[in-house]
Amino acid sequence: MKTMPSTEHGRSSAVNKRKRFLGRMIEHRYLYLMSLPFVAWIIVFSYVPIWGWLMAFQNYKPRFSILNQKWVGLDNFIELFTDERFYLVLRNTLGMSIMGLIVSFTVPIIFALFINEIKNQFFKRSIQTISYLPHFVSWVVVSGMVYKMLSTDGGAVNQLLMALHIIDAPIQFMAKGEWFWGIVTASDAWKETGWNSIIFLAAMAGIDQEQYEAATVDGAGRFRKMWHITLPGIRTTFMVLFILSIGHLISIGFEKQFLLGNPLVSNYSEVLELYALNYGINLSRYSYGTAIGIFNSVVSIILVFAANYIYKRITKESVI
Amino acid sequence: MNVSQRRYGDKLFDIGLYCLMVIAGIVTLYPFLNVLAISFNNSVDTVRGGITIFPREFTLDNYATIFAFDGLLTGFKNSVLRTVIGTIVGVLSASMMAYTLSRRDFQARKWMSVLFAMTMYFSGGLIPGYMLMRHLGLIGTFEVYIIPAILSVWNVFVVRSYIDNLPIALQESAKIDGANDWTIFWRIILPLCQPVLATIALFVAVGHWNAWFDTYLFNNMKAENTTLQYELMKVLQSTQSGNNYRDPNAQQAIASVSPESIKMAITIVVTVPILLVYPFLQRYFVKGMTLGAVKS
Repeated sequence: MKTMPSTEHGRSSAVNKRKRFLGRMIEHRYLYLMSLPFVAWIIVFSYVPIWGWLMAFQNYKPRFSILNQKWVGLDNFIELFTDERFYLVLRNTLGMSIMGLIVSFTVPIIFALFINEIKNQFFKRSIQTISYLPHFVSWVVVSGMVYKMLSTDGGAVNQLLMALHIIDAPIQFMAKGEWFWGIVTASDAWKETGWNSIIFLAAMAGIDQEQYEAATVDGAGRFRKMWHITLPGIRTTFMVLFILSIGHLISIGFEKQFLLGNPLVSNYSEVLELYALNYGINLSRYSYGTAIGIFNSVVSIILVFAANYIYKRITKESVI
Repeated sequence: MNVSQRRYGDKLFDIGLYCLMVIAGIVTLYPFLNVLAISFNNSVDTVRGGITIFPREFTLDNYATIFAFDGLLTGFKNSVLRTVIGTIVGVLSASMMAYTLSRRDFQARKWMSVLFAMTMYFSGGLIPGYMLMRHLGLIGTFEVYIIPAILSVWNVFVVRSYIDNLPIALQESAKIDGANDWTIFWRIILPLCQPVLATIALFVAVGHWNAWFDTYLFNNMKAENTTLQYELMKVLQSTQSGNNYRDPNAQQAIASVSPESIKMAITIVVTVPILLVYPFLQRYFVKGMTLGAVKS
């Protein structure tokens, strides 16, 4: 009997709560109208495919539904990890992504340092506009240009090297596997340096001008100011971006490799996603292709969290 | 160390700096100018080699030839169509979602934010994505260019951080005047977000214009759904690996114009629209890039 009032009260407050909840829902009806279609969309296009991971544990045949397949346990993964080609592909992926990681930070930072030193505003803006151009052009176009510039008959690079007497005969750049990683990295640098420098230039613009004035009074030259003021000034930006990109080490995409590669260099150009594409779709081995994709995703997530953990240790802040 | 020495060193530094930057500019521009020159050069003459940045025997034949291809015209139409529709859809959806997520009083804000943010860290992968398109019946359709790309989570967060920085008083006073959330979005938020919307419109448009892989994967057997980039990719890949372009249409054309010239002319057709747009939006996207990176 004694507890009655309190449960009564509890019930009525629950009813009130529900009423208030419904009331807010009606009040926010337009917000729901504007967001629920996209919530449904993201569930279908980003979450439903996760169901497809089940395929990796089956011998998937497209004629049956995903629940009516033959289950094979970890067979696909065992096959994957015993395939020699897989290790070759993994080596290519990591090789190109580490080279890309180094170049995509050092070159844009150096470029930004130089741009930052230009005093003539018109010249500065012109160089910047030109440097952004390749970013907006597709990899299809860039790959065509790379083939053109590196070709053995009349390619600009070979011509230049011959004119400078560095080489005697044109180098077959696109036919030699050992050149491939370098070519991918260099094309990426050509395409994205200007674009990647934007963020560093913005960080440099935020550096207190008084520091430079004080350094000038102390007799510091241009290089010393760059080294002691500008570079430390962009350290935080650099750290955040660097750690974020470590998370993407394994998922470097395949566009460049697909478009720049050719059968002659496939031992150096094939990366994980191309391997998944070749097996999974071109050879219709959906289950095997999915297993490759899962490996890719799992490693990526581990890398993201590891990178975030390191970042947290250093700065006590979280990127994620 | 005296003042004149310092001045001298400074001058030297500046000269070195300018030279270096001019070289960087040339390295960036040369491939474009070279392609442009070849695309306007007589194709028989081009085979002799040695074209740098000026055409030797000026002609418009290469362009006349490529625009006689059916595939190229269809591709051009589809590329324009997907870029226009895709950009309108992409900008509107990102800003709507961003507005709802920016409303601190919105009761579903929290779980929706998490639902969207999570997708930045994982993906189902290529094959499950392909199977999904199959189940949805999107393979071999034009819609496959639009529907899977309705929204970019990255853009949602970029716009949201922009809205977060707008003065809240504007929304509040509109509310007092009796405006509902729908009107606030259209009448207040959208006009104020113009700079950031210009930025993401550029990103979305460039993404659509440059996309080729979805055509390769989902529409490679549907000639009426081809895109410009895919057509260029086909020409490039077929001549790079030494095969002839198997399209009978193209083979006929190659008899009169060399594949080299065709490649270059298509490359220019694909590149020019971008060239016409991006310099005018530079002010916006530089700001947008910085904002996105700082806030995320």
